[in-house]
Amino acid sequence: MTEEPQATFTVAVAGNPNAGKTTLFNMLTGANQTVGNYPGVTVEKKTGVVTGERCRLEIVDLPGTYSLTAYSQEEVVARDFIIDDRPDVVISVVDASNLERNLYLTLQLAEMGAQLVVALNMHDIAEQRGIHIDTAELSRLLGVPVVITVGNRGQGKRELLSVLENLLLDGAKTKPMNPTYGPELESAVRELAAALQEDQAVGERLPSRWLAVKLLEHDERSRDRVLREAAAPTGILALAHRLADQVRKRQNEDPAVFVAEHRYGHAAGVVRDCVTVHDQGRTLTDAIDTIVCHRGLGFFFVALIVFASFKITFFLADGLTWIPWIGGWRSPVGVSAWIFDDWLPTLVSGMAEGPLKSMVLDGAIAGVGGVMGFVPLIFVMFLMLGVIEDSGYIARIAFVLDRVLRAFGLQGKSILAMIVSGGIAGGCAVPGVMATRTLREEKDRLVTMLVVPFMNCGAKMPVFAVLIAAFFRGYRGEMLWFLAALSWVFALLAALILRRFVIRGEQTPFVMELPPYHVPTLRNVLMVSMERSWMYLKKAGTVILAVSIVLWALMFFPRQDTVEFERQRTELKTSMEAAVPGKAQSIERELHALDDQQQQNQIEHSFAGRFGRSLEPISQLAGLGWRENIALLGGFAAKEVIISTMGMAYSLGKVEAEEQVAGDMPLVMALRQDRKWNPLRAFALIVFVMLYAPCLVTVAAIWRESGSWKWAAFSVVYSTTIALVVSVMVYQVGSALGIGC
Amino acid sequence: MARTLTDAKPGDRVRIRRLLPGGGPIRQRLLDMGITRGCELLVERKAPLGDPVEVAVKGCHLAIRKTEAAFIEIDE
Repeated sequence: MTEEPQATFTVAVAGNPNAGKTTLFNMLTGANQTVGNYPGVTVEKKTGVVTGERCRLEIVDLPGTYSLTAYSQEEVVARDFIIDDRPDVVISVVDASNLERNLYLTLQLAEMGAQLVVALNMHDIAEQRGIHIDTAELSRLLGVPVVITVGNRGQGKRELLSVLENLLLDGAKTKPMNPTYGPELESAVRELAAALQEDQAVGERLPSRWLAVKLLEHDERSRDRVLREAAAPTGILALAHRLADQVRKRQNEDPAVFVAEHRYGHAAGVVRDCVTVHDQGRTLTDAIDTIVCHRGLGFFFVALIVFASFKITFFLADGLTWIPWIGGWRSPVGVSAWIFDDWLPTLVSGMAEGPLKSMVLDGAIAGVGGVMGFVPLIFVMFLMLGVIEDSGYIARIAFVLDRVLRAFGLQGKSILAMIVSGGIAGGCAVPGVMATRTLREEKDRLVTMLVVPFMNCGAKMPVFAVLIAAFFRGYRGEMLWFLAALSWVFALLAALILRRFVIRGEQTPFVMELPPYHVPTLRNVLMVSMERSWMYLKKAGTVILAVSIVLWALMFFPRQDTVEFERQRTELKTSMEAAVPGKAQSIERELHALDDQQQQNQIEHSFAGRFGRSLEPISQLAGLGWRENIALLGGFAAKEVIISTMGMAYSLGKVEAEEQVAGDMPLVMALRQDRKWNPLRAFALIVFVMLYAPCLVTVAAIWRESGSWKWAAFSVVYSTTIALVVSVMVYQVGSALGIGC
Repeated sequence: MARTLTDAKPGDRVRIRRLLPGGGPIRQRLLDMGITRGCELLVERKAPLGDPVEVAVKGCHLAIRKTEAAFIEIDE
């Protein structure tokens, strides 16, 4: 059978943030989605393809907005897409149980001259709540087709597609209702629209009535556009200015107020004519909110829910061994560790010894393995976040905590990112940075992203554990609490400083909807988690691979001269063959010591070693020597590396971080016995590790999420500066006062 | 002094008189969220620290910070 080439049309999906737009988009496109960004901004752009009976539809999911002013990046993106990309049809997704507010946006879409179809979504919930909508009447009043949909059950897909095909192929046209704005303003709109229509440059290209309304509303973006694109911009803008002034003088109010009032007036009129409401009584959402947003209990519930989702995340991804695997049950993180710590290393074990093998094993596999280890955590974190977001609870978190966090230039939702990053011991800044996606306000989001790496993530904990075991024995619990509190203090203070000096400007007005609760859609939550994890993998995977290899090379080259070591080794081996059994053991120990010594010398000899030495004059101010400098450089790849590198630099051979916690392990002993070390020095190192540059994976995440490598670089520089300043202060003040040394 | 939304108590049902001038983008935002003249507004509750405030307007619930609520003038 030969298929006829099918025409492709573009269909945009627009709607309020809580109208079930994503669910509807998923219902239409299934798994056929691609995710990217709109050019130049960090707003996510999702597109998908549906093959209907008679044509192909490319569906574009516009960001969820309440209106189409220039309030946020989302609104700008949505309106520019409709005006410039001219989709063949726009589906206006409308929450059936909240018709009035949703129609406010629908009316604006109509005004933009788009071919419109209304998807009356979540119709089932509306019916349950006693809201009955006469859809035929709604369709007649709005002048566009109305299709009843229930996105999460796939209901209405076929009807919607057939309406779309009808519009696109059979020449049916919609005549969307256009709001009028009352005698005074309406005549101004008409006059200005006529002038715009006559302009040769914009008359054909931009919807003139819509543009006229925007100009009278004082929309700066539209004014800039006219200035740039119109043939006679000055005349048009002068007219707009004069008309707006006229309205303002006679009515003593801004045109923008009339515009909004008339749009809402029309929406209310439509609702009055086609909706009947049976008494709903108190809704479940109200009942829940009286408890979880209670003035006394609000904080407690936020703490409970955040703590629980944090625990579940780490339990499912790391704690619980629920995957059947070779050699027994493993957790997802365990599986990833198995692949990169056991399986891949054995695969390459056959390679000839030398730089290439070392690069593959210690550079590539170890580096990428570190990244992969995070994937299960990120995936489950996004699942939890998806549930909190989708259910509507996230808005309550923001409501309850907004006042507290605003004092520091953050906002209520920032708390999630901070907790995930290690606000409760053992988090990770990588999912934390990605959790900032729930913040819609660009500045708040950026500040949050830049301060979450100060939290005590799981990888910093072994460093703390070793140093506490060596120098603060007996105060383990107190120290851990103190360090947790300290990380919060630093993160909040940093936010305050960043907000004052770096990311300045008014906080975005915060008027947030508290949507009704509903049961999260499993499919939505799963799809979002998978796609976000995949994006992380793609970006982080490539960057990390490259930088891991660079860091490896810094530690590996240049090679030291091994002749002397080889000579000693052969000597020991010959004497071992002749020795009695008792003596042979002690020679074997000497051989190990020789290996460790060689390793230490190699590190000292390498570029990294030289780097560590050259930084000593500065780092000594905080009491840190070249060994620590190398370890910290390695820790930039992943903080887990700090302890193992220190082990090598103190010629203790390969030490595993977990083994150190017991307290009598080689590194703990070595540090305790080293006369240069004391509690003060240990504390300075702890503070430095807590605050200095985020690990590479986090930096990659910041790069991705902020949309600019500059913020990633800034993050590295500013946190390292803060770390240095604070640890030097700790060490110098402590030394001067004679505390802990 | 005009009475604004910041003066209302939880449980109050108030009518919006107008949006006070100034405020820049806040004004447009409030308008877009349905805070229009003459419309009735129910103060549901305040957050634990008294800010923001939750109101029901046009059948839906909004959280509004004190700084923004100060622009909403209400009837006595």
